[in-house]
Amino acid sequence: MLTEKEIKSIKFGILSPDLIRKMSTTAIVTPDVYDENGMPVKGGVMDPKLGVIEPDQRCETCGNKLALCPGHFGSLELARPVIHIGFVKHIYEILRATCRKCGKLKIPEDEIERYLELLSKLRDRWPQLAESLSEHVKRRATKIYVCPHCGERQYKIRYEKPTTFIEEGPLGKLTPTFIRDWLSRVPDRHLKVMGYDPEISHPAWAVITVLPVPPIAVRPSILLETGIRAEDDLTHKLVDIIRTNERLKEAINVGSPEIIIDDLWDLLQYHITTYIDNEVPGVPPAKRRSGSPLRTLAQRLKGKEGRFRNNLSGKRVDFSARTVISPDPYLSINEVGVPVEVAMNLTVPVRVTLWNIDELRKYVLNGPFKYPGANYIIEPNGRRLDLRYNKDLKAVAEALKPGFIVERHLIDGDIVLFNRQPSLHRMSIMAHVVKVLPGRTFRLHLAVCPPYNADFDGDEMNLHVPQSPEAQAEARMLLLVQEHILSPRYGGPIIGGIQDYISGGYLLSSKATYLTKDRVSDLLASINYEGEIPEPAVLAPKQAWVGKQIISLLLPEDFNFAKEAKISSGALKCRDEECFWDSYVLVKKGKFLMGVIDKNTIGAQQPESMLHYVVMEYGPNFGRQFMDRLFKLFLRFIEMRGFTMTLDDISIPSQAYEEIREVFKRALEDVNKAIKLYEEGKLEVTPGRTLEESLELKILEILSRARDEAGEIAVKYLDPFNNVFIMAKTGARGSALNITQMAAMLGQQSVRGERIHRGYTNRTLPFFKKGDIGPEARGFVVNSFVKGLTPMEMFFHAAGGREGLVDTAVRTSQSGYMQRRLINSLLDVIVEYDGTVRTAYGDLIQFRYGEDGVDPKNTSFGKAVNIDRVVKKHVGWKIE
Amino acid sequence: MKKPKQKKTSRKKPKAKPKITKAKEILEKVAEPYHVVSELMSRVGVVQELADEIRKNLLNLYVLRGVTQEEVLLKELTRYNEAALKIREFLEPVKEYIPESIYDEMMLTLFKYYVKHELSDRELAAIIDDCVRTYLQSLVDPGEPVGTVAAQSIGEPGTQMTLRTFHFAGVRELNVTLGLPRLIELVDAKRVPETPIMEIHLSEKYKYDEAKAREVARRIELTTLETITRSADIDLSEMRLFIELDPEMVYDKGVTPDEVAKVLSRGKLLAGKVSISEENPYLIIIEIPRSYSDVIKAQKLRDRLLRLKIKGVKDIKKVILQKRKEQDTGKEYYVLITSGSNLDAVLKIDGVDPRKVRTNSIHEIENVLGIEAAREALMREIKNTLNEQGLDVDLRHVMLVADMMTRSGTVRPIGRHGVVGEKPSILARAAFEVTVKNLFDASIKGETDQIVGVTENVIIGQLAPIGTALVELKMNPTKIKTLVKGEER
Repeated sequence: MLTEKEIKSIKFGILSPDLIRKMSTTAIVTPDVYDENGMPVKGGVMDPKLGVIEPDQRCETCGNKLALCPGHFGSLELARPVIHIGFVKHIYEILRATCRKCGKLKIPEDEIERYLELLSKLRDRWPQLAESLSEHVKRRATKIYVCPHCGERQYKIRYEKPTTFIEEGPLGKLTPTFIRDWLSRVPDRHLKVMGYDPEISHPAWAVITVLPVPPIAVRPSILLETGIRAEDDLTHKLVDIIRTNERLKEAINVGSPEIIIDDLWDLLQYHITTYIDNEVPGVPPAKRRSGSPLRTLAQRLKGKEGRFRNNLSGKRVDFSARTVISPDPYLSINEVGVPVEVAMNLTVPVRVTLWNIDELRKYVLNGPFKYPGANYIIEPNGRRLDLRYNKDLKAVAEALKPGFIVERHLIDGDIVLFNRQPSLHRMSIMAHVVKVLPGRTFRLHLAVCPPYNADFDGDEMNLHVPQSPEAQAEARMLLLVQEHILSPRYGGPIIGGIQDYISGGYLLSSKATYLTKDRVSDLLASINYEGEIPEPAVLAPKQAWVGKQIISLLLPEDFNFAKEAKISSGALKCRDEECFWDSYVLVKKGKFLMGVIDKNTIGAQQPESMLHYVVMEYGPNFGRQFMDRLFKLFLRFIEMRGFTMTLDDISIPSQAYEEIREVFKRALEDVNKAIKLYEEGKLEVTPGRTLEESLELKILEILSRARDEAGEIAVKYLDPFNNVFIMAKTGARGSALNITQMAAMLGQQSVRGERIHRGYTNRTLPFFKKGDIGPEARGFVVNSFVKGLTPMEMFFHAAGGREGLVDTAVRTSQSGYMQRRLINSLLDVIVEYDGTVRTAYGDLIQFRYGEDGVDPKNTSFGKAVNIDRVVKKHVGWKIE
Repeated sequence: MKKPKQKKTSRKKPKAKPKITKAKEILEKVAEPYHVVSELMSRVGVVQELADEIRKNLLNLYVLRGVTQEEVLLKELTRYNEAALKIREFLEPVKEYIPESIYDEMMLTLFKYYVKHELSDRELAAIIDDCVRTYLQSLVDPGEPVGTVAAQSIGEPGTQMTLRTFHFAGVRELNVTLGLPRLIELVDAKRVPETPIMEIHLSEKYKYDEAKAREVARRIELTTLETITRSADIDLSEMRLFIELDPEMVYDKGVTPDEVAKVLSRGKLLAGKVSISEENPYLIIIEIPRSYSDVIKAQKLRDRLLRLKIKGVKDIKKVILQKRKEQDTGKEYYVLITSGSNLDAVLKIDGVDPRKVRTNSIHEIENVLGIEAAREALMREIKNTLNEQGLDVDLRHVMLVADMMTRSGTVRPIGRHGVVGEKPSILARAAFEVTVKNLFDASIKGETDQIVGVTENVIIGQLAPIGTALVELKMNPTKIKTLVKGEER
């Protein structure tokens, strides 16, 4: 939508006493708020002239009702002026820099002239320098003790927190009245040299003589359930101020002694100080009756819950929904399943035209309670019709004419934004296409879990419906999931296969998989494949196909690719196509010839993988489709074949346990030997370490070697192609270490990178002898998860696990703050049309983005053009 | 890394065969193919850009496959040359669209594939076309919020980092701050890193010999009197201070008692009052001056003396020798790793290769080598910290952060005392951290917020000039209306 009015700039300043009086609708004179009837008192802080609070009232000042009345200021004439706490520092600086008699800046006139000239030159181009020049002038003037204008001798002025100024000379304590006169004596030109703008905010106005009383809308009172009215903190504070002011006025009028007047004056100063800022150091904060400090003006703006961060930088929105998420592999990766209930509450405004009027009539006829319907109609004159309260929907539908706007329910194909907090990168908010589904959760495809960092253990996500056609178009062009498959953090896909997709891909593409015609048909039907079934790979004794043939059907016809698979390691290492182990992936002209699908080919966050090149070379839309179909295929296959993990996969025979025991025994001996050497002082010291540290390092080394050996023994006895190994080797889930811990030995538990040593005096638990520093007494777990842990081992494991939890908790807050600072520092930095990188304020940061002007998103792992890949893309079929 | 190795082995082979021949002969043997090839190349005249590659290929042919006949070599050379010419011809029309680095890389890569696999003209054209298109498509779009993307790209992996402060980074002997704390330290532009560390390479003379390397290490490592002292007693009756040195430590640090005595008597205070005991060469006797005659003062003097620097560089607490292997020759050499950092002083130490001294203190680099070096160091340190945790972040993001921090000419932290605090916008600063003070200061100075940045526009509910909202050309609906009406008429 076109913004008709634009705010070009905002000027900050101080209200002058005159202006305060001028904009005041009523003078506030009495501390009373309500009379006996509970009606607001005229001249009190709730004076009706300050604005309406009841819905049907008309404002005494502007005549508007609640929705339109902006509220109006009142004013309070102070009996004696007080200092504004926010400006004390500036007042202090001006007092010190100017003459106590003539009020002029203590610098000769001709030099002031020079400074002014310099300043006007600097102001526009180098505002920062102008500021430091002013600071310099002030500092220079402060050091002068004889006024160059009138020759008056100057005295040092002392500032006493929070609001007292004392001259170390004949005047002594300076009253606000005196300060105000002094400040008004300073010539405007001299103020300008010091960096102030007397026309907008004359420093003399920093001494308050008239206090503006904010409109009631700023400090609404709330009606408690008990019927008692509770006033806002500001109102309370204002009443305090008025009461003190009245007493002060009275005291002056009756000619009370100075001490009493001064006391009251100080009290007024205190109230006004806390009214402005209740957290001034040195001032006891004003408290509520309950004892909690009041939330006054400064507190309303400050901090995370303050106006700025909570209401201005972040705003609450309509057309949004939030619920639990759950997986649905049958969706496309760019779809989101929306519950009907949600779809009936979120609406999209559609302008009625001749072409859609029939369809929209149907929605209106259905009304708000029947899906798919409509909730509101907006007539061209701006009138909003709520269909919930309309009995005659038929008539409304009939009356529909081009130009009306119908707010219809969310339907399949609508575009929405989907988000999961914490929104750490731009992939945390992506556009999805709506698919309305039964149930009460948002459904999403599993492949988009990595960018959102989502799982389904109770995670909730938010959904927003863009309303304007511009926003919808932008979402479709820029924010759709497929546009974010490639991450801008590094050149590679962030969306891709995870867990079962990888296991499934491996099993399907494996050499051992042969498929009958039934199965092939089943698989191809699951992805709605239309076309010929390829020639079977095996003709006799029975027709059979291999998985690679099926996968080939999905690959682009001219696609060439070659890379080592993830499983290519150890005995199964394959470096090129001449390899027996089938762990070198080779695709020529769209035919999957060799190798297996695993994390290196289709995994998420794997740069330079098959998936990466498919998306880069055939575009995001093809990439999306490719993933949808491929993943559905893998899932269908894994469903057909069945895939699980059993106890057998990680159980080893008792013979293996014997061996592991033997390994541990040897390690124990080694450790004891080291300890003995240590006790005799013969242990070899690692340079730069103490003897104790050297021993610890040595023991840790021995023990970790023991665990590795135990792991190797376990692996020896396990079937290398069992379910657990398939998952670990293909990168679907788990690692070799996990297998070791499950089957063989958990190993050393640590806290802060050291063996566990705290607890009781000289021992970790009372089951050990004092001073025992052997493996078991310091948190070494000999057993595996399968075998089960002893109570002591369980305790150590818990200690180690707890550290992990604490670590995560601390880390999130620290990295969160770092990211907030990074974002706030860099958020204005963009690439300009000329290719330079600048801030919004015009400061040049880089002549060319990243020195080569290349967007990392479009690179392959940082390289703008991967020439090798381009060559292989075109002729890979004949050179590999 | 692999390529030079292959080159080396290929040239070495003939060197290995004739075992007993004299050195001169060997040299000739090696030189011969090189001369032959060079001679041939100069006779034919090759495409300059690929001369090195062609020579390499020919040498391979000569040395590895034993092809020595001139005709064959010449034939091959012509084939290479023709290939090179062809590629150059094909690349000529697109030269102006791509940067030089990509042009050079294309030349080389295409040549390699061409001579090995015989690409057809059509294929060659298609590949070049695709390369150029890929390059042009990879350029950033105007309006791209690169700042936000950079901040996210560095901030997001922060959640995945370990918090554990200490890790052994390469050296087992020293702990180094790594992971998230180090990253925060870098963006904060802290004056002194939590664990300052230096890596010092030595000059040719010193680097291969352990004793010599240790000698330099001793020159660098800070030795205070305390470290080489076994005991320091005050004799109150005679007002003398006995400092007994530890012979082992004295030897280890490479000093002599004489030197120590000299250093001690250097100051005005103790001049002429330091002597070495005649019975024990490791006992230094100091006469306590009058002005320090009471017990407490004497003790203070002793403590002060113990902290005195005998030799070495200030702030360098520990120096560790590390053995490394040169990549191409396989020769072993020594590198010094220090705990504590003092770049300025270390650069001046004799035996140090000043081009290969490294510190992790950004601030010192800024002071000694200047802001550009500091920027480079920031980039390197941030990138290394991330890489060490196994996190991939494109260098361009790191570069932008480093540029932002160093653009004012000094290293400024990311945050309210640095980059954010220097923003011209009042609202942007107020929305970040010190809300109230910023607002008060702005109002008494009568400042104006121009509402150009993202934060300010978000605050007042307008579109920020970023991305698609950067476009200023807009349709004027009223004008369209009059235009349409005009047409109707």
